[in-house]
Amino acid sequence: MGALFIRDARLGLRAGGGALVGILFFLAVIAVVPFGVGPDLKLLARIGAAMLWIGALLATLLGLDRLFQADREDGSLDILIMASERHMLALTVLVKCLAHWTVSVLPLVIAAPLLGLFMNMEPVAIGATTLTLLIGTPAITLIGAVGAAVAVSLPRGGLLVSVIVLPLTIPVLIFGVSASYGAIEDPAPFLAPLLILGAITLFFAVIGPWAAAAALKSSAD
Amino acid sequence: MSNVSSKPGRWIDLANPTRFLNLAESVLPWLGAMTLITLAIGFWMSMAAPDDYQQGVTVKIMFIHVPFAWLSMMCYTVMSIAALGTLVWRHPLADVAAKAAAPIGAVFTALALITGSLWGKPMWGTWWVWDARLTSVFVLFLMYLGVIALTRAMDDPAKSAKVTAILTLVGFVNIPIIKFSVNWWNTLHQPASVIRMGGSTIDPSLLRPLLVMAIGFTLLFFTLHIMAMRNEIWRRRVTAMRRIAARSAERKDT
Repeated sequence: MGALFIRDARLGLRAGGGALVGILFFLAVIAVVPFGVGPDLKLLARIGAAMLWIGALLATLLGLDRLFQADREDGSLDILIMASERHMLALTVLVKCLAHWTVSVLPLVIAAPLLGLFMNMEPVAIGATTLTLLIGTPAITLIGAVGAAVAVSLPRGGLLVSVIVLPLTIPVLIFGVSASYGAIEDPAPFLAPLLILGAITLFFAVIGPWAAAAALKSSAD
Repeated sequence: MSNVSSKPGRWIDLANPTRFLNLAESVLPWLGAMTLITLAIGFWMSMAAPDDYQQGVTVKIMFIHVPFAWLSMMCYTVMSIAALGTLVWRHPLADVAAKAAAPIGAVFTALALITGSLWGKPMWGTWWVWDARLTSVFVLFLMYLGVIALTRAMDDPAKSAKVTAILTLVGFVNIPIIKFSVNWWNTLHQPASVIRMGGSTIDPSLLRPLLVMAIGFTLLFFTLHIMAMRNEIWRRRVTAMRRIAARSAERKDT
């Protein structure tokens, strides 16, 4: 499992792995926002947390279709599925998700404070948003694993994965953004949405790999 | 042969598509007639029902909006049970049932959203608000479309059956959220008023037509569902026959 993690992380970091493209996409989305809504600093500060979340969500979805497809193309996916007699396939999927998250989503979280400065956000808000992103984005990757596994046998599944996964990620977005706002606005609670966000991540850490493993098995034949 | 195959219960019998087609043939006229009669009675009752003292005549939208909303959730539940049927019992018709139900459910959800927005304009003063119930039903609509897109993306039904079933089951998480969204969050949409502890809060004069309409639309759903399943079975048979015809034509040429 450790070897699989390192292998996936290396493949992701290598040129063409798409980890860097994700950050660039995130940067581009955030840079486009002021052009769309106008350079009003107060307005940007108010919508900043939501924009960071939406940008991170889209950037995470972007790389998802490669989660299993590259392995399917070179045949290593079949080997992983055949090894399910020794390791539970769901565990393999979980490790792959973790590797994918570390390589292509964690940089987004790290880049978020910098982009938060662009959006003229307060330091507290930046910290809160980064924290919610850190807790919430694994859920997006785990939900996305289901979508990626379901669409793995399709030749051009990229767009379909996003269409399938996006509705399911809406709760993550709702609680992530409301926790970020809870940190700056007084009456809104901060801890409650954050805990729910953690619960969602843990919930999908169980459901996601299991469902993705079932889908991979059925598409392997 | 016949006594061997008829030993298991009725449920297994239906696994044979031909038997299902025969059953559908005999059930459909009755179901259709019952649907028409119930909907006609429901329509007449809802026209005869008194206006609400606050909402006036617009309360009549309730008689179609609420059944549509119920059915949009029931249809997804039916699809989830069918998905379980595909994955657990490998029932051959479960996949047909799930595939046939998805477009019907999407239409019912869209109708619930449209009638709700028509009702919301005079009552709330807006076509749409991003409140918990409305948003979660909209998400349900998107999920229906996602399931349909996935089913249509694969041309081999044997392959699409399982992955669609998995996606449907994962999406089932949304159904309890819709059901309880009005209780968990303080929303503009009213909380549950028909089925709740301590009896319904709707006056019987309005409740009775509503229930008749709900039964009528449920019958309509099952009529349409069985018809759609029949079409799907026929469509698969036509495809299979075409393949056989193409193969035999190839052999003749050589």
